[in-house]
Amino acid sequence: MTGVPLLDQHLLSVLIGLPLVGAAALLFLPREGHRTIRNVTFLFTLAEFLLSLLVVARFESGTAAMQLVESVPWIPRYGIGYIVGVDGISLWLLMLTTFIMPITILSAYSSVQKHVKEFMVFMLILATAMVGVFVATDLFLFYVFWEMVLIPMYFLIGVWGGERRIYAAIKFFLYTFVGSVLMLVAILALYFHHYAVTGTYTTDLVKLYSLTIPVKMQFWLFAAFFLAFAFKVPMFPFHTWLPDAHTEAPTAGSVILAAVLLKMGTYGFLRFAMALFPVAASDFTPLIVTLAVIGILYGALVAMVQKDVKRLVAYSSVAHLGFVMLGLFALNLQGIEGGILQMINHGVSTGALFLVVGIIYERRHTRLISEFGGLSRVLPVFAFCFMVITLSSIGLPGTNGFVGEFLIMLGAFRTHMWHTAVAATGVIFAAVYMLWMFQRVMYGKVTQEENLRLEDMNGREVAYMLPLLLLVFWIGVYPQPFLRRMDASVAAFVTRFEAQKQAALRGSPAGETMLVRYFDSGK
Amino acid sequence: MIEPPAYLLLSAILFGIGVVGVVARRNILIILMSVEVMLNGVNVAFVAVGSYLGDATGGIFAFMVMTVAAAEAAVGLALLIALYRIRETIDITELKVLKW
Amino acid sequence: MVSGVLDYLWLVPAFPLLGVILNGVLALIAERPFLLKEAGLPPPGGSHGHPSRGNSHATEAPGSHGSGASGPHSAPVYRNVVAFLAPGAVGASFVVALLCVLSLAARPPEGRTFVQILFPWIQSGSFLAPVGFQLDPLSSVMALVVTGVGFLIHVYSVGYMSHERAFARYFVYLNLFMFAMLMLVLANNYLLMFVGWEGVGLCSYLLIGYWYEKQSASDAGKKAFIVNRIGDFGFLLGVFLIFWTFGSVSFTDVFARIPLLRDSGVLTAGMATAITLLLFLGATGKSAQIPLYVWLPDAMEGPTPVSALIHAATMVTAGVYMVARSSALFLLSPDAMSVVAVIGAATAIFSATIGICQTDIKRVLAYSTVSQLGYMFLACGVGAFAAGIFHLMTHAFFKALLFLGSGSVIHALSGEQDMRKMGGVRRYLPVTFVTMFAATLAISGIPGLSGFFSKDEILWQSFSSPHGSPALWFVGALAAGITAFYMFRLVFLTFYGGSRMDPEVEKHVHESPWTMTVPLSILAVLSVAGGWVGIPASLGGDNRFEEWLAPVFRSVAAAGAHGAATGAHPSVSLEFGLMGISVGVALAGIGIAYFLYRLRTSKPAEIARRVPALYDLVYHKYYVDEIYEWAVVRRVVDGSVWLWQMFDALFIDGIVNGIADGVRSAGDRVRRLQAGIVGGYAFSLLAGAVLLVGYILYRSMVP
Repeated sequence: MTGVPLLDQHLLSVLIGLPLVGAAALLFLPREGHRTIRNVTFLFTLAEFLLSLLVVARFESGTAAMQLVESVPWIPRYGIGYIVGVDGISLWLLMLTTFIMPITILSAYSSVQKHVKEFMVFMLILATAMVGVFVATDLFLFYVFWEMVLIPMYFLIGVWGGERRIYAAIKFFLYTFVGSVLMLVAILALYFHHYAVTGTYTTDLVKLYSLTIPVKMQFWLFAAFFLAFAFKVPMFPFHTWLPDAHTEAPTAGSVILAAVLLKMGTYGFLRFAMALFPVAASDFTPLIVTLAVIGILYGALVAMVQKDVKRLVAYSSVAHLGFVMLGLFALNLQGIEGGILQMINHGVSTGALFLVVGIIYERRHTRLISEFGGLSRVLPVFAFCFMVITLSSIGLPGTNGFVGEFLIMLGAFRTHMWHTAVAATGVIFAAVYMLWMFQRVMYGKVTQEENLRLEDMNGREVAYMLPLLLLVFWIGVYPQPFLRRMDASVAAFVTRFEAQKQAALRGSPAGETMLVRYFDSGK
Repeated sequence: MIEPPAYLLLSAILFGIGVVGVVARRNILIILMSVEVMLNGVNVAFVAVGSYLGDATGGIFAFMVMTVAAAEAAVGLALLIALYRIRETIDITELKVLKW
Repeated sequence: MVSGVLDYLWLVPAFPLLGVILNGVLALIAERPFLLKEAGLPPPGGSHGHPSRGNSHATEAPGSHGSGASGPHSAPVYRNVVAFLAPGAVGASFVVALLCVLSLAARPPEGRTFVQILFPWIQSGSFLAPVGFQLDPLSSVMALVVTGVGFLIHVYSVGYMSHERAFARYFVYLNLFMFAMLMLVLANNYLLMFVGWEGVGLCSYLLIGYWYEKQSASDAGKKAFIVNRIGDFGFLLGVFLIFWTFGSVSFTDVFARIPLLRDSGVLTAGMATAITLLLFLGATGKSAQIPLYVWLPDAMEGPTPVSALIHAATMVTAGVYMVARSSALFLLSPDAMSVVAVIGAATAIFSATIGICQTDIKRVLAYSTVSQLGYMFLACGVGAFAAGIFHLMTHAFFKALLFLGSGSVIHALSGEQDMRKMGGVRRYLPVTFVTMFAATLAISGIPGLSGFFSKDEILWQSFSSPHGSPALWFVGALAAGITAFYMFRLVFLTFYGGSRMDPEVEKHVHESPWTMTVPLSILAVLSVAGGWVGIPASLGGDNRFEEWLAPVFRSVAAAGAHGAATGAHPSVSLEFGLMGISVGVALAGIGIAYFLYRLRTSKPAEIARRVPALYDLVYHKYYVDEIYEWAVVRRVVDGSVWLWQMFDALFIDGIVNGIADGVRSAGDRVRRLQAGIVGGYAFSLLAGAVLLVGYILYRSMVP
């Protein structure tokens, strides 16, 4: 193999470490030198993205196994290791993270003016944590990164946020923390169960996968994981932190929150909750799919009547993530591939939507829809970008949103026909709330004097919007490069899911009800 | 030869004096001194039981406690002086900002 | 080599796409600074005192000719480039399409299906939807109509839109529409068809809302998109059912698998009904049928060439095309066929009656379009798919012409659309008048003109086909009479009689430039002669049109063995009799119109006064919009507000904040224990130690 073998061996570790190195480097820069601080941060995140392209280059799409694996003992006496790797499920989420970082940093050039140094340091720490979440294949390591994400985000909202930032930050923190504490308990239970069965302690996910967990245990562990991830996704009815957090967070925070943080929940379902506890996951499916469909409609309807643009986008996220959940719990290839793709799509589209909102917020310092109107005339370039993003969010064929939603519904239609039929009406409502918002902001006559003086997007803004627009069309027109790299992993996931489920159910009578399966003492 | 229970009794008495001092007195200086007395009470027990069992660990622990006590006294007195400079009192009933 | 031409089929949609890209670049680079300057933005800079400052004029009339002090004379060069590029792209695509069709026609009838796969689009497991095109007799008719009429309307638009500021933007949308429409028509599978399907919906949205500063225009655009989306929802579910039933979404695979799956019992009649009704829901949205027709009349807010192209000739016929394309599936389900026929007939008569009372020239034409689309569905519903497509083609000619003609009138009258303020325009606009009159004769079904042949074929089939019935025929014939009536009402009100024009407007009335009149003339020729390709055997013709389409629909008949749709004509004399009746009804309609609007011009108002309730009902379009607004829109919005404020903010967040408050108030009480008195802490420490030691002692003594 040509290239730099050493780099290849430690590629994922480099990706985890590089932002931290950047954060450390910032500490040596004078705090008044805003321009230097921003540029250095941008260069670090850009380097991070370019390096992550190497992951795609090295990625073998034919295998379902973890790739670019690094495994070193971390706390050996407890069987805890530093194990990282990527497969088709995490590859694009990793790429999404590294892709969105330089973009948000660019957007923060103008939107963040106070405490620039601290802001950038938090952003870089956040980058490390997010990358870590997606590449960790050791439960303990995963949990560390999972919690590590909370802290910088808490400060990003709490320090650089809007008027009700403290409320939003605390709500965000506590909501997600409650879930993750339950997850920690479940992780420990799993850890001790592994010891009880095999006589060794480990938190290595791949080893845990091969464990057959008794069904009664699956129920409780899945329930704990479910809460942790459902809070994060967020699924209806655990979603109310999201509108507050999104609305109050600074633009860059909203973008990362939407693009990456929410995906941690859906990714967690796929990687942990579903993969480890297939029986419980199957039994929970009706509940989860129902909640997902309610979320789709509920998010869309409530988004429709919002007065604040960011809040509207936040509720639309609830609907979009409902689609992702629907896809994952279709439990077939199309649904899950669609779900993963839709995670990426939502990151691109909703991330871009927050950037768009940020652009006008910076100019007018308001997010109220009624303050705008007629902007198309004043801001033609902005209007174009906004329109493309709107269409992508609506899921118009030819844009990324359609491919994801289509595959999700195609897959889910097979397993949950009626749920999917109801969910599909969400596509109608998506058009209602997005177009209505677009109309009120962009169309009509300019009614406010100050809107006439708005300046169109500048070069920097175009520069960070352009990659997103390209991705919208790329995924929309030719999603093959993305889908093909998922195939093997998702197919293996579906197969293993079924096999593990059968293994865990061996010996239990057919047609056993959930009540008996989980709560009957068996005597 | 004095029997071990006697040492332990001495230890308990010293400890008791210290406790009473800590709980009952209002002067921080006295309280700090009482803490020292308590620590020394414990030291007596360590040394006595150590020698009774023929194990050096008790003695080592006593030295350990003495070291910590010295450090604690140094830090405590420094704080005390700083506190006195600010509040011009070392009466604990008047120093109750550490609440709610 | 002739067959080699077909390999360039992909160029047909590619040319308009190229046009989109080039014009888009021009719009963003050349037009943007020009527009900003013209609009007086940013502030310093001479706005020529035209209404850019929000409140000066309430509405900006469509085709607002007076608004730009800088008319076409100061037009920058880029406009000429756009004016050449946009129609040129469509023209090129017409030429390629024509060559491809000719080369297809050179093949034997059974081999006239050409499929070109470009690349896989969405692939996941067993699912595959490629970007692939299919040219067969059906799609070639559509491709030629779309590119041909599309090209004429592009040329017309150059003249019609010459006063518009956002010239390039208009042509970007129009080219994008051509691209999407060609994707729809040429797609070789349902999913790619859906791309075009939603794509044309998008362009419709953008073009209706072209004058986005006007509230009614952007409302209409939004309404069109959303109502279409309701239909698309059905289409999409239909595609899911098709895939999970047939294991493929490509047309050739699906239709080829029908016999096998039917025999094996996988494809039951119920399944076929479900699939086809879902697809038909999509068609009712796109083709403006009951109950989703409400968007089309409002769509007249767009520029008139757009109404001609999208809302008359091409996009709205996509539903008919799709149903005809899926004829093999529809024939499996007699129930679905009946639904299609009944909805088609009902829409035909329902919207024809609304057309009687409308005063806006474009709205009359809009309701007429809805009505004519109903005819096409009636044809499909009785199994006469070829007749439906035939009417689709002739309708494209004469309705495009009617819209373009009305556009010419509106253009000449400085944006006036109210027929009550027209009259006697014939003198000023001779070319427009003659061409439009030809189209009116055609739509009324006067023998010899295109509309006659297609409409008569539909009426005949609706009577004689196994799926048809005399009732359907009766409704169709009645609607034909009403159509003749309101069309002549339109012509009389607009072109005849004394002038009721605003004197100020009348001063500027002028015949349109050649870019507009030439397309009108070409379409007039097509409206007259376009039907001659489908003269039925009973009139001595050989119905070449049906013969051309036969390979598509014959294989259909074979697939649905018991649904022998296009059966032999039972009786020539019966056919002649029905033909006579329908011509008679049409002439009666014309006669009544002549009587009311030429002879007794006071009569209409008198009639309206005599039956006020009925008149009011029809004039207000049966209050359907109001009912929808009240029963659907308000319910949904109110419900959503309730969900947000009561459920989200009050209930869920109430629980969340309630827990937080509970914890906080508990802490509030407990914190009182922290009195800050060091002695207290020391005492509790001691007490704790004593208790602990006591407990340990107790445990060690009591076993």
